[in-house]
Amino acid sequence: MTNSKEIYEQRENIQDLEEQINELSKINQDEESRQEIERLRARIERVRREVFSKLTPWQKVQMARHPQRPYTLDYIQHCFTDFIEIHGDRKFGDDHAIVCGMARFHGEPVVVVGHQKARDTKQKVFRNFGMPKPEGYRKAIRVMKMAEKFQRPIFTFIDTPGAYPGIDAEERGQAEAIAYNLREMARLRVPIITTITGEGGSGGALAIAVGDIVNMLEYAIYSVISPEGCASIMWRDASRAEEAATALKLTAEDLKAFELIDEILQEPEGGAHTDPLAMARSLDEHLQKDLARLKSLPIEKLLSERYEKYRRMGQFFEKASAAAAHRS
Amino acid sequence: MAAWFKKEKTPIASVEQKRVKTEGLWTKCESCKQIIWKKDLAANFNVCPKCNFHFKMDARERLKMLFDDGIFFELDSDLATSDPLHFKDIKAYRDRLRDATKATGLKDAIISGDGALGGRPALIQAMEYRFIGGSMGAVVGEKIVRAIEISLQRRCPLIIISVSGGARMMEGAISLMQLARISAGLARLDDARVPFISVLTDPTTGGVTASFAMLGDLNVAEPGALIGFAGPRVIDQTIRQKLPEGFQRSEFLLEHGMLDGIVSRKEMRQFLIRSLDFMMAA
Ligand SMILES: [Zn+2]
Repeated sequence: MTNSKEIYEQRENIQDLEEQINELSKINQDEESRQEIERLRARIERVRREVFSKLTPWQKVQMARHPQRPYTLDYIQHCFTDFIEIHGDRKFGDDHAIVCGMARFHGEPVVVVGHQKARDTKQKVFRNFGMPKPEGYRKAIRVMKMAEKFQRPIFTFIDTPGAYPGIDAEERGQAEAIAYNLREMARLRVPIITTITGEGGSGGALAIAVGDIVNMLEYAIYSVISPEGCASIMWRDASRAEEAATALKLTAEDLKAFELIDEILQEPEGGAHTDPLAMARSLDEHLQKDLARLKSLPIEKLLSERYEKYRRMGQFFEKASAAAAHRS
Repeated sequence: MAAWFKKEKTPIASVEQKRVKTEGLWTKCESCKQIIWKKDLAANFNVCPKCNFHFKMDARERLKMLFDDGIFFELDSDLATSDPLHFKDIKAYRDRLRDATKATGLKDAIISGDGALGGRPALIQAMEYRFIGGSMGAVVGEKIVRAIEISLQRRCPLIIISVSGGARMMEGAISLMQLARISAGLARLDDARVPFISVLTDPTTGGVTASFAMLGDLNVAEPGALIGFAGPRVIDQTIRQKLPEGFQRSEFLLEHGMLDGIVSRKEMRQFLIRSLDFMMAA
C-alpha cells in the first residue's frame, strides 16, 4: 500500500484514543465522562473511516485477495452448524473449487454453496485457486435444486478469480454450465441470499450469485474482468492494472452506487482477515435479518421481485432525443 | 473481446491480400486462398463459393436474409448507452462509441427485427461485430430483454444470431449483470413454452456464450465458428497449454456434445422455419 505509513500512524492514533476511553471508564461513571467517552468513540470511528475510505480501488483488490481472508468454509464453521458436505455433479467429477452442503442456520435446515480458496500451496492446487470447472457449477445447481425440492433457503458465498480458463473446462462446456445456472437460479422457488466475500470474478462468480439479496463485504470486489486482464487488453500492458482497477468501478461502493448489490457489510478495521470471528458475527446478524425478510414474502412475490431486481440492472441508456441519461 | 483488439493491432491481411483488395472487384478467401469475384461472394451470402468458408456478415444483411421477403421492422433502434462509468483507457469509451456508430450506422451492437419467418410472426435479433466487437453492455441487454418480453406477450418465437467477444468491459459490472438479466428473462420464456433458438456465428465467446447463446431450445452454429467461454489467447496465456487442432470451432463443440447442430448459412432460414414448424401449432 502506498500510504501504509499513514495508515500505521492513524492506527496508533486510534489505539491512543481507545486507551483514553478505557482509562475514563475505569475512573468515572458519571454523566460527564460518559459524554466524553461517546465523543472519543465518535472520533475513533471518524479516523477509522478516514483511513479506510482512502483505500484506492487497487488497494481494495489486494484486500479482497488477501491470503488470510476468511473463505467459505470459515464462514460455514462460524455461522452454521451441522454442515454435511455434498460432493460431485453426478456427471463427471467433484470440483473442489466449490463446496456445497446441508447445514443448519440458527437451527433451521438450509443449503450452503460457495467458492473455496486455500492458503498453502498444496491446498491451493487442490482447490484449483478457487477457479471452478463445469462440474463445479453443475454440482452447485444440483444441490440448489435439492434445496428447492425440500423448500430450504440457499446461502451462497462468492470468492473466485473467475471460472477456470482451460482446455478441459472448455471441452466440457464451461459456458453452458454457467448459462444454465444463471437461468435456473432465476426461477428457483426458495429464497437465495448471496454474499460476495472476496473476489467476484466475472461469470465464474455470477454463476452462483443470482440472489434475492446480494450483499458485499466492504473490501470485496466484483468485476466483469480482472484488472490485469482489462489492462492487458485495453492498455496492452498488464502492469497498468492499477489504472484498470479504478476505471472498472469494481468496489462495493461502486456496485452499490449502480444499484447492482443490496448492502455493503462493514469489515473489522484493517479487513476481515484481522478479525475473522468479528466478521463472521456481523455477517451472521445480517444473514438472519435477510432470511427473516425473504421468508416473510409469498413465493410468487419473491420470484417477481427477483425478476424485477435483475430487470432493472440496465437502466443505463438514453434515447437519442433525450439529453439526460435515463435511470428510473 | 480480445480478438477484436488483437485485430486492430495486427492486421492479418498479407501484402498480397492488400494488393488484391485494392483492385476492388476481387477478394481472396481467408481459408482456401483462392481469388473470388466479390459479386459471387455477395450473391452467396458471404460464403466462399469454392470452399464454403463463412465470412462475417453485417447484422442487417443477416436479418434481411432470414425474414420473409427480407422485410422487418426495427425495434428500439434509438437506445444508446449513457456511459455510466465514464470509462477511459487509452481512448475514451465515448469516442469508441462515436467511431462505432460512424462505421455501422448503429447506436449499439445488436439489431432487433420484428417480422415474419415462414409466414409466422417472429422476432429475430442479430449482433453486429463491427460495433466494438459485438460486445454486450446495458443496451444489448435491454434490447434482448425487451424482445423476450414481447415474445412472451405475443407468444411468438425469438431467434438471436450471436457474434460477440463477450461482456463489454467499458460498462464494468453493469455488463456482467446483463448475463443474469437476460437469463432470467429466458427462464420466463422457457416456462411459457415459447421457442427460443440460438444461432452462434464466428466468433461467439465470453459472457454471451455463458448466457443466452447457450440457452436456446436449439443451439446451432455456422460451420467453423470460434465458440467458447475463455478465448484461445486467454487460455494460451494463463494456462500455457498447447491448444488441440480445431479447438473451440463449431465442429469441435459438436463432437463434445455442446451444439445441437451445424447449419450452413444458406440452409439457416429453412432450418429455422422447419424447427418452428415442429415447436409451434400449425
Ligand atoms: Zn474459400
